[in-house]
Amino acid sequence: MASGTSRRTILKTAALASAAVITAPYVRGAYAAGSLALGCWDHWVPGANKALIKLCDEWGAKNKVDVHIDFITSQGEKDKLTAAAEAQAGTGHDIMSHRDWNIRIHQNVLEPLDDVVSALIKKYGAISPVAEYLAKSKGVWLGVPTAIGSQVKPCCSRLDLYKEHAGLDLKDMFPADESKYDKAKTDKWTWDLYLESAQKLHKAGFPVGLPMGQTSDAVDWVGGLFNAYGAVFIDAKDNIKVNSDQTRQAMEMARKIMEVSPPEVYAWDDAGNNRWLISGKGSNIMNPPSAWAVAKRDNPKVAEQCWTHPVPKGPKGRFVGQLPQFYGLWKFSKNKSAAKDLLLYISQKESIAQLVEASVGYDLPSFKTMYDLDTWKKVEPPVGTVYSYPPRGDEQTSMFGAPARSEVGAQMYNQAINTVMISKFTQGKEKLDDVIKWAEKELEGTLRA
Amino acid sequence: MADTVQPWNAASLPGYAAAPVKKSGLQLFMRRRSTIALLMCMPLILIIGCLIVYPAFYSIYLSMLNKAQTRFIGLSNFTFLMSRDTFWMVVWQSTIFALSAVFFKALIGLITAHLVNNLPVKGQRKWRGMLLVPWVIPLALSTLGWWWMFDPTNSAFNYTLRSFGFDGIPWLSEPYWARFSVILVNVWFGAPFFLIMYLAALKSVPEQLYEAASIDGATAWQKFRHITLPMMHNIIAITVLFSMIVTFANFDIVQIMTAGGPRNMTHMFATYSFLLGIRSGDLPLGAATSLFMFPILAIAAVFILRGVRKRGREIG
Repeated sequence: MASGTSRRTILKTAALASAAVITAPYVRGAYAAGSLALGCWDHWVPGANKALIKLCDEWGAKNKVDVHIDFITSQGEKDKLTAAAEAQAGTGHDIMSHRDWNIRIHQNVLEPLDDVVSALIKKYGAISPVAEYLAKSKGVWLGVPTAIGSQVKPCCSRLDLYKEHAGLDLKDMFPADESKYDKAKTDKWTWDLYLESAQKLHKAGFPVGLPMGQTSDAVDWVGGLFNAYGAVFIDAKDNIKVNSDQTRQAMEMARKIMEVSPPEVYAWDDAGNNRWLISGKGSNIMNPPSAWAVAKRDNPKVAEQCWTHPVPKGPKGRFVGQLPQFYGLWKFSKNKSAAKDLLLYISQKESIAQLVEASVGYDLPSFKTMYDLDTWKKVEPPVGTVYSYPPRGDEQTSMFGAPARSEVGAQMYNQAINTVMISKFTQGKEKLDDVIKWAEKELEGTLRA
Repeated sequence: MADTVQPWNAASLPGYAAAPVKKSGLQLFMRRRSTIALLMCMPLILIIGCLIVYPAFYSIYLSMLNKAQTRFIGLSNFTFLMSRDTFWMVVWQSTIFALSAVFFKALIGLITAHLVNNLPVKGQRKWRGMLLVPWVIPLALSTLGWWWMFDPTNSAFNYTLRSFGFDGIPWLSEPYWARFSVILVNVWFGAPFFLIMYLAALKSVPEQLYEAASIDGATAWQKFRHITLPMMHNIIAITVLFSMIVTFANFDIVQIMTAGGPRNMTHMFATYSFLLGIRSGDLPLGAATSLFMFPILAIAAVFILRGVRKRGREIG
C-alpha cells in the first residue's frame, strides 16, 4: 500500500518551514533577557521574604528577566553549606547571599562588583567599615552589602528593672532622638557602670544574659568588649598581639560579668539570650530587635519595657558587634550584567526602606545615610524602642578578627577564640597567663598559609 | 488414537530442516546469571560510586591541597593538625565518645536482647517494636527532643529534679556533663541496633546446646559464657566494628546539642571538620580532619573481619 506522504512532500514541507523560520520577525518573549537564580538567606521574620520577592518581580518584569529565588535557611549553616557546594562545583545560583566571612572564603570564585558598590557609595556616602573589611579584597569589592539579615548587637534592656534595681533611666540616657543625646549622660554608660548595674540586677534576681558559647552572639559582644579596651589579637601585618595589658583588662571585666551571669550562658546558642529576656528573668542582653519582636508576640508585658540602646563604652571607645550580609555574584554566572543591575536596584534606598519595614526594623543597611528611615522611629511598644538599633552617637561597629587579614580573621571568628579564652578563664578557672598562651598558639595556627 | 497426536517438536515435522542457531557473544553474555546479577546491582553500584567512592577519593585529594586549593602540599595538612593541641583534644574526645558509647550500646543491647528473648512469644513482638523506636525516629528530630530536655535554661530534667528538691544539673553548660549528655543520647539511639542484631543471633543458637548443658548441670552464667557468647562472637565483632565506625563519624548529635562547646570540649572529628572546612573556609584542613581516623579504622576493620572469617571457617 502506498504511503499518503511521499518523500517529495516531506522535503517540500521542510523547505517551506525553514524559509518561514528564517524570514519570520523576531518575537521578544516574556523573559527575553534570560533568567537569574538567587540563593537568598531565609528571613526569620514572617513575611519579610515577600518584600524581596516583590522587588525582584518588579525588576524582572521591567527588564524581561525571569528571576527565581530560593530561600535557604541559616539553621545548621545550610546556607553556607550550599555556597561551599556551589563554589566547589562551579554551578548553581547566579547570586548568592553570604553571611559574615563568606565573601572572603569564596573570594576566588566571586565576580568583582566594584561598579555596583561604587555607584552606591557615590549616591549614599560612606559605607560601614566592617562591611568594607569583609567584602573588599585587594581593593576590589566582591560583595554588595545588603540590609537583609544584616545586624548589629546593641543592648536591649528592661527599662523597669534598670530603674528599680540599678537606679538608671535608660530612656533618658538614650532618648529616641539622636539629636537629644546628652554627651554627659551617654559617656557615663561605660563597662564599669554596666558591671555595677549587672551586680545590682543579679542581686535583685534579674541577671543580665550575655552568652559565652561559640556562636556569633557571644563572639560579637566579646569582640566589642575587647575593642573597647583596645585589645588586638593579630594585627594587619600578621603580628600576634594578644599578650597585652589591654587583653588582661578586658578579660578581668569579662570575669566579673560572668560572676553575676547565669551559669548556663556557656551553653547558650544564639537563641539562648533571646529566651532569657523574653522569659522575664533577664534584665539585659546584646542582640538585634528579634528578642523584643518575639516578646511582643509571646510576652507583651516584657516587650513594653524593652529599650534598645548603645553598648557600654570602654577606654578606647564604644564598639558594637556588627554582622553584615552580602550578595555575591559567582564567576560562573551566565547573566552577569543583569545580575549587577538587579543588585543595584534592590540596594536603592527606596528598596531598602521596604525591606526594613517588612523586617520590622531588624534589617540594617550598611550606609549611615539610610539610618533615618521611619521604621525605627515608629515601631512600638514603647514608641522608639528600636530607634537606637542602628549605631547612634559615638557607637562604632566592630568585628572580632579585624584588623587581621580577613582569611585569618575568619578563622579567629568562627573558632570563637575570644569566647573560648574567657570560658577557660572563668568557667575552667585556668590561669590568665596560661589562657593567653593557649590563645597565642591557636592564633599562630590561623596564620597558616 | 496415534494419528491424532500432534507433534510438538517442529524438528520432527516432515521437511523441516533445522537451521543452525548461532548465538552472538553478546546474547551469551547477557544470558549468564552473573551478568544479570551485575546489571541488577548496577543502580546500587552507581549510587555507591557517585555518593561514596567519588567523594571519598575527592576528599583525600582535597586534604592534600593548600588552603586556597591551588597547590599540592602532600601531607602538610596532617602534620599541621598533629601540631595543634585542640586537634589532639578532638582525637581524645572522639575516642572517649566512640569507645564508651559503643561499650554501653553493646552492653545494653546484649542485656535487652536476652530479656526480650526470654519473653513469652506472644508479647515479644510488641516489646521488640517498642524497643526499636529510638532507632527508627530520624536522629536529628530525636536529638532536638533531647536538647529540649537538656535545655540550658529550661531543662525538663532539671525541672523534675528541682520539684523533688534536688539541684539542677548543668547538662550542656559544664563540659564534662555535656560529654556525658551527648554520649547518653548516642547510646539511646544506637542500643536498639545492637538489640536487634543480638536478638537475631540468640535465636540462631540451637536449643539442644542449652538442653545438653542443663543435663550436665551448667549454671545460667556458664551457659552464657560457654555457649551464647562463642555462638555470638562473630555478630558481636561485626556490630561493634560497624557501630565504632558510625560513632566515630557522628555529627548530628554533637552539632545539635552542643556544636562542640563548651570550650571545644565536645567536638568530634565530624563537627571539628565542619568548623574548619565549612565555617572557617579551610576545606582542605577540614577534609584532613575527617580523614584522620580512616587508616586506624581501616586497620581495625581488617583485623576484626579477618577474625570473623577465621571463626566462620572453624564453624564451617
